[in-house]
Amino acid sequence: MFSFIGRSIIQKTVTLFFVSVISFLIIHLAPGEPSQVDPMNPKFTPEMVERFRQEFHLNEPLYTQYLLFYQDLFTGKIVSWKDNQPVLAKIWERFLNSLPLFIVGTLLTWTLSFPVGIRSAIFRGGIYDRSATFFAYLLISIPGFFFAYVLIIFVVTVFHVPVIGMETFGMGAASWPHLFMDRVWHLLLPSVLGATGGIAVLSRYVRSQMLEVEGQDYVRTARAKGLAPDQVHYKHALRNALLPFVTMFGLILPGLIGGSVIIESIFSWPGMGRMAYEAILARDYPIILTVNFLSAVLVLIGTFVSDLLYLMVDPRIRL
Amino acid sequence: MEEAYAPPHKDTLLLVEDLRVHFRGHDHVARAVDGVSFDVHTGETVCLVGESGCGKTVTALAILGLVPIPPGVIASGKIRLRDTNLLTLTEEGLQDIRGNQISMVFQEPLTALNPVFTIGDQIMEAIQVHEKVSENERRRRCIGLLTDVGIPSPEARLKDYPHQLSGGQRQRVMVAMALACHPALIIADEPTTALDVTVQAQILNLMKSIQHASAMSVLYITHDLGVVSTVADRVYVMYAGLIVEQGTRDQVFQHPRHPYTRGLLASLPSRSKRGKRLYSIPGSVPNPAFKPKGCPFHPRCSAAIAECAVDFPGMCDYGHGHLSRCPPVYSRERQE
Ligand SMILES: Nc1ncnc2c1ncn2[C@@H]1O[C@H](COP(=O)(O)OP(=O)(O)OP(=O)(O)O)[C@@H](O)[C@H]1O
Ligand SMILES: [Mg+2]
Repeated sequence: MFSFIGRSIIQKTVTLFFVSVISFLIIHLAPGEPSQVDPMNPKFTPEMVERFRQEFHLNEPLYTQYLLFYQDLFTGKIVSWKDNQPVLAKIWERFLNSLPLFIVGTLLTWTLSFPVGIRSAIFRGGIYDRSATFFAYLLISIPGFFFAYVLIIFVVTVFHVPVIGMETFGMGAASWPHLFMDRVWHLLLPSVLGATGGIAVLSRYVRSQMLEVEGQDYVRTARAKGLAPDQVHYKHALRNALLPFVTMFGLILPGLIGGSVIIESIFSWPGMGRMAYEAILARDYPIILTVNFLSAVLVLIGTFVSDLLYLMVDPRIRL
Repeated sequence: MEEAYAPPHKDTLLLVEDLRVHFRGHDHVARAVDGVSFDVHTGETVCLVGESGCGKTVTALAILGLVPIPPGVIASGKIRLRDTNLLTLTEEGLQDIRGNQISMVFQEPLTALNPVFTIGDQIMEAIQVHEKVSENERRRRCIGLLTDVGIPSPEARLKDYPHQLSGGQRQRVMVAMALACHPALIIADEPTTALDVTVQAQILNLMKSIQHASAMSVLYITHDLGVVSTVADRVYVMYAGLIVEQGTRDQVFQHPRHPYTRGLLASLPSRSKRGKRLYSIPGSVPNPAFKPKGCPFHPRCSAAIAECAVDFPGMCDYGHGHLSRCPPVYSRERQE
């Protein structure tokens, strides 16, 4: 057990090192520089550009740049090229904005997909299963941005509430229940939208997983013992059907950072996804690389957590 | 004529009459079980023999009400356990029977146990479903069962998961689970096919000794005539969803009447046939969706005459409970 944890940590650190090197190389070898984003900008005089290059060590060889960059990152001194703000503080602020969206979206996805998928599998071929299938494919095939506009128009015209952004501008003086409800309304649409695709896909996956397990010999054994259908489905079948989802559970962690660029852009939500997207447009390397590095860290932590969870739930896996 | 076999108890425990189980496909109906009748008396071992795909497992599943419906349909028949017709029972009624009066040991010991529960949990669960007994009592009985089926140091084994046991041990656990509530009938569906020969013999002996200790009946399903000759009191030979010959073990082995039974026996390896090429019945079992008209065996039968392709064969009585579904052979042997 402890040797597994130790080994795992060493392996993941090595992986992280390679990720940092490769992402650094990809960013720096790709064509395009911050100065080329807007060449018409009168501020970008050749002298200015040269000053920038000096300031940010852009004239040094790549490996020196690499070392300097990660030194800055780990000491927290790293700043954005665009506005000279500390990157970590910026990311933290955006992260806090994305967090509620992520939590509500994930909760919706995981709490709805499972009951829907399991019920579909148990009553396969019935009305419930067929309508669930229909809606799942509908939601998968409708583009998210289109669905978002339909929902926005619907909510705004029917309920007369503003839904763009994180809160309604200029509500400072309102009483706290108003403020709270305002927040809830703003949070609701983007999280529901972010969750729909997930629910559609995950519930299908749960259904097929459950169907496969229901066909196994041990489920027949359980029925032959005289167990009631509920015990057969929810104890013997479900326990086995859930195993692969433990792995997926660890992998939702990176979603914290990737977030949803599209949803955040549509709703002008000042979250991580949008920040990363804007940073890419502006060639703001420190932000891109930091976000990239943090995602890699989260992916590795996520897989580590999955491995540990798997170890706990599947008796066949021993180290 | 040999003496008819007298069952240890005269009362009929299980009676299956004209059972038909069909599976609906897209454009055809597979008649997997097509008019099977047999009975099992208290305390005896009845073997159901037949090639792969002839409907043995489906017959067994039908008895326990475990045929998947759909695609399956029970097209006709009666399955009587003492005085209850199992086919008219509700799901709850069947749950009381399963594992309690009739239990089943399945073909595949490797996959028949749930991988995420300990064997102790799985055996104790079988007790708990049908009997309200304390946790301690359950544990005690579980250890007793594991001892009975010959698992060493059962206290320690209780906490093992199925993957920690060998195939033979898993099948022993399955047997222990089947015995948990002292059923009147155990249906063993090829319990030893997946095991090697020595383990096979151990499991067979185990079942026998348990049967001697209680008045339990066993319906033993197999395609292995060697096994039949060691365990059976009576034998039913099944072909393409149909019983083609029935009788005591000696009747069927010494005086087989049906060409199919004769073919099966001829394909059995034995000392006298050493060094010679083994006989095998030409052709293969018909697809249950497209069975030949008349006698389902006639395309493969060396004794077939013109009528066999037209008339559905009835059962011919050789006396003392020996019946065979082959009128041409019957009338030929009558004339001699
Ligand atoms: N769920 C099902 N759906 C459709 N057809 C089925 C189903 N179960 C069984 N069958 C068909 O019924 C026929 C009999 O199958 P069964 O499993 O009873 O054979 P068996 O005699 O037990 O053979 P084996 O010795 O290989 O176990 C087969 O042709 C099979 O295709
Ligand atoms: Mg079978």
